[in-house]
Amino acid sequence: MDRFVWTSGLLEINETLVIQQRGVRIYDGEEKIKFDAGTLLLSTHRLIWRDQKNHECCMAIPLSQIVFIEEQAAGIGKSAKIVVHLHPAPPNKEPGPFQSSKNSYIKLSFKEHGQIEFYRRLSEEMTQRRWENMPVSQSLQTNRGPQPGRVRAVGIVGIERKLEEKRKETDKNISEAFEDLSKLMIKAKEMVELSKSIANKIKEKQGDITEDETIRFKSYLLSMGIANPVTRETYGSGTQYHMQLAKQLAGILQAPLEERGGIMSLTEVYCLVNRARGMELLSPEDLVNACKMLEVLKLPLRLRVFDSGVMVIELQSHKEEEMVASALETVSEKGSLTSEEFAKLVGMSVLLAKERLLLAEKMGHLCRDDSVEGLRFYPNLFMTQS
Amino acid sequence: MRNPGLPGWEPGPKRDAASGGPGGGAGRGPRSGMHRRGVGAGAIAKKKLAEAKYKERGTVLAEDQLTQMSKQLDMFKTNLEEFASKHKQEIRKNPEFRVQFQDMCATIGVDPLASGKGFWSEMLGVGDFYYELGVQVIEVCLALKHRNGGLITLEELHQQVLKGRGKFAQDVSQDDLLRAIKKLKALGSGFGIIPVGGTYLIQSVPAELNMDHTVVLQLAEKNGYVTVSEIRASLKWETERARQVLEHLLKEGLAWLDLQAVGEAHYWLPALFADLYSQEITAEEASEALP
Repeated sequence: MDRFVWTSGLLEINETLVIQQRGVRIYDGEEKIKFDAGTLLLSTHRLIWRDQKNHECCMAIPLSQIVFIEEQAAGIGKSAKIVVHLHPAPPNKEPGPFQSSKNSYIKLSFKEHGQIEFYRRLSEEMTQRRWENMPVSQSLQTNRGPQPGRVRAVGIVGIERKLEEKRKETDKNISEAFEDLSKLMIKAKEMVELSKSIANKIKEKQGDITEDETIRFKSYLLSMGIANPVTRETYGSGTQYHMQLAKQLAGILQAPLEERGGIMSLTEVYCLVNRARGMELLSPEDLVNACKMLEVLKLPLRLRVFDSGVMVIELQSHKEEEMVASALETVSEKGSLTSEEFAKLVGMSVLLAKERLLLAEKMGHLCRDDSVEGLRFYPNLFMTQS
Repeated sequence: MRNPGLPGWEPGPKRDAASGGPGGGAGRGPRSGMHRRGVGAGAIAKKKLAEAKYKERGTVLAEDQLTQMSKQLDMFKTNLEEFASKHKQEIRKNPEFRVQFQDMCATIGVDPLASGKGFWSEMLGVGDFYYELGVQVIEVCLALKHRNGGLITLEELHQQVLKGRGKFAQDVSQDDLLRAIKKLKALGSGFGIIPVGGTYLIQSVPAELNMDHTVVLQLAEKNGYVTVSEIRASLKWETERARQVLEHLLKEGLAWLDLQAVGEAHYWLPALFADLYSQEITAEEASEALP
C-alpha cells in the first residue's frame, strides 16, 4: 500500500481513460483498510482510486509499478477481486496514503461487480504498455521494472514463481477443458449428421413413418438442440414435452390472465412463469412451442399473433373484438387518446393498449392522427357520421 | 397405425381384388396399363405381398435408424455428464469459455439454448443462466422504456442488469447478454440488436426499424444526437429522406426534438446519452416492470 501517491485524479495530456468501476474496495495485502468504497479508474498510464464519499481523497499507482495481476473469484459473502502484485516503491516517490507497508501486493474488491471486464482491460493495458510510448509529466514516470544493479527482494521472486506456476496450471485446466469440449463436439456433430439422414429418409418415405416414431424423433432433436429439419409439421416443433407444458401453462396462467383482463403478452408470461419456477426454467422457444399447442389441445387459453408480430395469450373466453367496443367508448369520452394515456386509464401495459387501439382502427372504429407529437387515436367520425 | 394427419401422407389407391388395377379385373388384356403383368388373382396377391413387404422394410429402416440414434443419444448423454462433472464450473465461472462453447455449438448446428429440456441445459446448467438473464433483460428494458422509448445501449443494459443481480450472483458478460437477447426474439415483442459504432443498441419494442433508421442511429452514436445537415453531409441523402427517418424516430419515442439548439434542430437519442440521467431505476419504474 505504500506504492500509491496522492493525485488530483485529473488525466494528463496523452493519458486516456480506459474503463472505470464504482464500488471498489482496496486491501493492503490481506488486510482491510479504510479505503472501502471508491471508484477505480484505469487509464493508459495509471490505476486511480477515488473515494466515493470524499472526492478529494484520490490516489494512483503507475501501471509500470505492476509486476503481475491475477483474479480471485467471488465466493459466499465475498466479492470478486483482482490481486495486484507490485514492484517496490522507488525512493523518489511522491507522498501517498501510506509511508510503508509490509505487503508487496494489494487487492481490489469489486463490490458492485465489473471485475471481469476490468481485469480484461487491465491485462490489455499491461500487455500493450502504452505508457511507454506516450510520455506524460515526470511525476508519473517511475521505474520500468527493477533498475539494473538493484537487488530484487527475494520475496517478490518467490511470489512471481508461484504465480507463474499457478498460471501454467490454470492454462492447463483451460486447455484440458477445451480439449474435452472439442472431443464432445465431434460426437455431437455425429448426432447432427445422423438426424439429418433420418430426416431425409422421412421426407423420401412421405408417410411411411408412424406417429410414434415422429414423436420419438422430435424428442431426440429436442434433447440435442437440433432444429427440426422436417418443416411441414402439424404441431410446429411440438413434442410430448411441449404438450405437457401447454397443459401446465393452462393451469398456471388462468388466474393471472383473469387478473389482467384476460390477455397478457408473451414476454409477460415468460417472466411470470420463470420467476415462479425458480429453477429448470423454460426457454423462450419452449414457451412459444407449448403455446402453439394450446388451441389444438382444446385448452381454455390460446396464442394470438397481432399484425405487428406481438404475441399474446388470451383466455378463450376473452373476445378482443368486444374489448374494442369498450375501447371506443373510452376514447370517445376523452375525445382522443394516445396508447400511453389509454394504457394508464384502463390499467393495461402500453404494449397491449397499443395493440387494442390498432385493432380498433383496423376494424374501422378509430382513426389515427400520426404526428411527431405522437400517435393519437380518435373515434372514426367518417364511419359514424357519413 | 398410419396417422392421416402427418404431412405428406396420401391415401393410396385401394388394393383389393374387386377394384380394377393393372393386370387385374375382367376385360383387361395385357396391352392395357403400363405394366405387362400376368392376369389373374394370383398376380394381384403376389403384388400385394411385395408391396406389403416393401412398406414393412421401409418402416424397419426408419425404426433401425431411430434405434441407432437412441443408442447414440444415450452414449452422448454419458459423455456430456462426464464433461459436466469435470468442467461445469469452468462454464459457470468463465465467460470466455462460454463464448467458445457457444461458438462450437453453432458451428456444428446445435443450439444449446433451444430448450430447457435439452441435455446441454440440464447437465451443464447453461439454460437456467441464460433464461433467467432473459427475464432480467426484459425487466430492465420495461422499467426504462419511458425514458428511452425502448432503445438502450448494451453498456447501460449491462450495468443495470448487474446491479439488479446483486452481490452474490454469477458475473455476466456482454456476450452473455447478447445471447440471452437473441433468444428473446422468439417471444415476438420486438427484441432486436442493432450494431452501432463498436457497440450495440438493444431494441425492446416492436417499432419498425429499417436500414435507413439503423444507419441514422449509427450516425447519432458519436454525439448522442444528429441533425439533418449531418445526415445530408455524411450519408449524402436528400433532405426529405432525412426528415422522414427522423420523424419516424420521433414518433416511435426513440428520439427527442431540440428546437432550441444552436444552429438547427437537434434530434437527441435518449438511449445514447443515458449518462445525463441518474443511473438508478426508480421504485416506480421497477413496479412498472413487474408483470
